[in-house]
Amino acid sequence: MSELENKAKNDSTISAGEKIAQKIKDDKGLGQGVILFIIAFVVCFAGSTLLFPKLLYSKKEQPFNFDHYLHVYEAGDCEACHYLREDGSFSGIPKLETCMECHVEEPLGVTDDEVVFVKEYLAKDKEIPWHVYAKQPDCVFFSHAGHIDTGARMDFNECHGPIEETKTSRTYEENRITGYSRDIWGKNIFGIKKNSWDRMKMDDCAKCHKEETGHQGYCFQCHK
Amino acid sequence: MTQDNHNNAYKFGMVIDLDKCTGCGSCMVSCMSENNVPFKEDESNKRDSITWMRVYKLTNGKSFPDTEIAYLPRPCQHCGGEGDHGHSPCVSVCPATATDYGYDTGIVSQIYTRCFGCRYCMGACPYHARYFNWWDPKWPEGMEKYLSPDVSPRMRGIVEKCSFCYHRYQAARDKAYYHGDKDHIKEEDYQTACTTACPSNAITFGDLNNPAHKVHQIVKPDPHPDPRNHHVVGKSRNPKVFRLLERLGTNPKVYYLSEREWVRKQGDHYLEGEWDKIKNHHGTTSHG
Ligand code: SF4
Ligand code: SF4
Repeated sequence: MSELENKAKNDSTISAGEKIAQKIKDDKGLGQGVILFIIAFVVCFAGSTLLFPKLLYSKKEQPFNFDHYLHVYEAGDCEACHYLREDGSFSGIPKLETCMECHVEEPLGVTDDEVVFVKEYLAKDKEIPWHVYAKQPDCVFFSHAGHIDTGARMDFNECHGPIEETKTSRTYEENRITGYSRDIWGKNIFGIKKNSWDRMKMDDCAKCHKEETGHQGYCFQCHK
Repeated sequence: MTQDNHNNAYKFGMVIDLDKCTGCGSCMVSCMSENNVPFKEDESNKRDSITWMRVYKLTNGKSFPDTEIAYLPRPCQHCGGEGDHGHSPCVSVCPATATDYGYDTGIVSQIYTRCFGCRYCMGACPYHARYFNWWDPKWPEGMEKYLSPDVSPRMRGIVEKCSFCYHRYQAARDKAYYHGDKDHIKEEDYQTACTTACPSNAITFGDLNNPAHKVHQIVKPDPHPDPRNHHVVGKSRNPKVFRLLERLGTNPKVYYLSEREWVRKQGDHYLEGEWDKIKNHHGTTSHG
């Protein structure tokens, strides 16, 4: 009798329950398999959350630390530095010229950052090469005029977060592949967002546009 | 937070006076520099040159001394498609929605980051208005500094075309927002590069829906469908004005103007005797 026939004969003589019990008893590797799977899962998960972002993003420090909290307090409001020009365009990050409206000749304050600012930039009449956290990809057109007081009357916090309370400039992270700021995808590597300003992808713009205007807009509304 | 997209719809278009056009090519040059159009090391092979705006030479085909020449600048026609419902030939074939019809402006977009270069749209466009990037753009050193930050440059493997200088519309809209009148973009605030560059003022650009705009006054677009061909909407009621391949029903927003009949006749292909039948037909109010 061949092995196969033997097996078939044996099988027919034992009940289904016994069969399963026997199988489990035979399967000594099961416990190990589960453990191995869990280990592999943890390794991959940790790898993707901890290691992957490190691989994907390069870190860049700002030229020197900028204290938004202090500046808002001293200058009175945001518009002192970030304002709409008369042609409706947005001034963005101020040029040295704007800084020099207050920081003339002598340093204001005694911090190390002030020293860097005065020595490296003010004295040399050199623009400060800030890394812009909120910088969108090149193909994006964003209208500040359409979103702030002149348009949808949105609060700047909705996109930029509580920036006016920050006393230090966080490290800028740049996607090594695309060159985009990490703020576009968001800090959370899985794209989970808790606050409206956590992420600024096209879907986030479209979602808000759909909710607020009933239409996500045609391509050229936000592209150039 | 309030905003709405339901502003009055514009329908931007242009009319080009072919009797004024001298064929100097200023529109082509201004278009290229305005829109960061890349160029090749050797531009003598015109088959793969990128010319959003291209000037064609027309002739009446007669020999001396009756020879006449005209020049026809051709940007993207921003077709409204059959019945002017926004189904432009290119838009309706794009599998990636990389080009769409802006119902708020009548402008056909091109989104470079979305296009994957299948070139269906190039095959669909009856006006050869679309161009393929065979190479990554390369500018001589230092020249990147002259690029416009308002227009994103394109990469190898995608299609580009005239956008009616859409970034100028965006800027005009920003200005309108600033002055609290976002629904009324002023005629002078939004003009394309070619329009402003033309030394003989052959190009007139504006809102075809706005009777106060010069382009509307010249074109006098017929709001009703052409009774002879219902796909055609916006036919000019000016007997001197025509569109290219108008009978296709692509409903271009670029119109041409000429006093010369032979020039107007070049806007389409006509069978023998056909031209005489249709040449006096100008929209619903006139009887051809
Ligand atoms: S080449 Fe680009 S724009 Fe044209 S049909 Fe293909 S994906 Fe669409
Ligand atoms: S002219 Fe060509 S590219 Fe322009 S809208 Fe018409 S079909 Fe599309």
